[in-house]
Amino acid sequence: MISLQHFLFIAAVLFCLGIYAVITRKNAIQVLIGIELMINASILNLVAFAKYDVINNNGQLFALFVIVLAAASVAVGLVIILNFFKRVKTIDPNKANSLRG
Amino acid sequence: MVEQIVFYVFAAIAILSGVYVVASQNLVRSVFMFFVTLLSVAGLYVFALADFVALTQIVIYVGGVLVMLLFVFMLSSKDSLDNIVNLKKEALSANRIPATIITIALLVILIYAILLADFEQLDWIKSNKLLIEKAQTSNVHNIGVNIMGRFLLPFELISILLMMTLVGAAHLARKEPNND
Repeated sequence: MISLQHFLFIAAVLFCLGIYAVITRKNAIQVLIGIELMINASILNLVAFAKYDVINNNGQLFALFVIVLAAASVAVGLVIILNFFKRVKTIDPNKANSLRG
Repeated sequence: MVEQIVFYVFAAIAILSGVYVVASQNLVRSVFMFFVTLLSVAGLYVFALADFVALTQIVIYVGGVLVMLLFVFMLSSKDSLDNIVNLKKEALSANRIPATIITIALLVILIYAILLADFEQLDWIKSNKLLIEKAQTSNVHNIGVNIMGRFLLPFELISILLMMTLVGAAHLARKEPNND
């Protein structure tokens, strides 16, 4: 039987790695990967607590919904990156400094 | 005992490949290493008795999201694929030292909070520990009943949201007319 804290430690480490990727990377796709890492860490937390919720399974259901939402957000984010690349010819988010309707 | 060894192996793979994803200077390798991270995190879900979530993770993330990531990656950064060797270190990442400080500070705070909050002593966790020992069957049946029962409204809402995402993404990705 693995204790709950070990799941939470792993999730914390993954979350911090995701934040590091979001701050340092100069490539929009890798920033997106960092966000996905953070989402995965939070899903791991939900699932770890759901282990003790045998009857209702609320945590696992929430985890399923979060996975679907993450997939939807990735689809839209990638399309935005493609459009950005079409305009600016780069995917460095620091170069995104112009606004036009 | 075997269970614990396998669990820590999965955890080590997840964390090490996560570090590689984040710290690698090679874009292609970091995208492919993300596969390994997602698969081993799916393995960790199995140890939390969430086999259906693990399956969904593999199908949606590894099958869908990562293929999309690779697709956009190939479409957008051809240049960085061509001259990987010529890229300077500063061209790939910035703010390294402040980011390290922030990350380590957050990690210390999180671990301190987890250690401080003694989750094992919560009432509902204590009372359910006995149930886990008995219920060793798969919980896919339970999840299905719950989705079609108590969670029917969120389920329908999320299907509408997916439809909106589909239409929105297709609309954004279409070819722009030339007249601008």
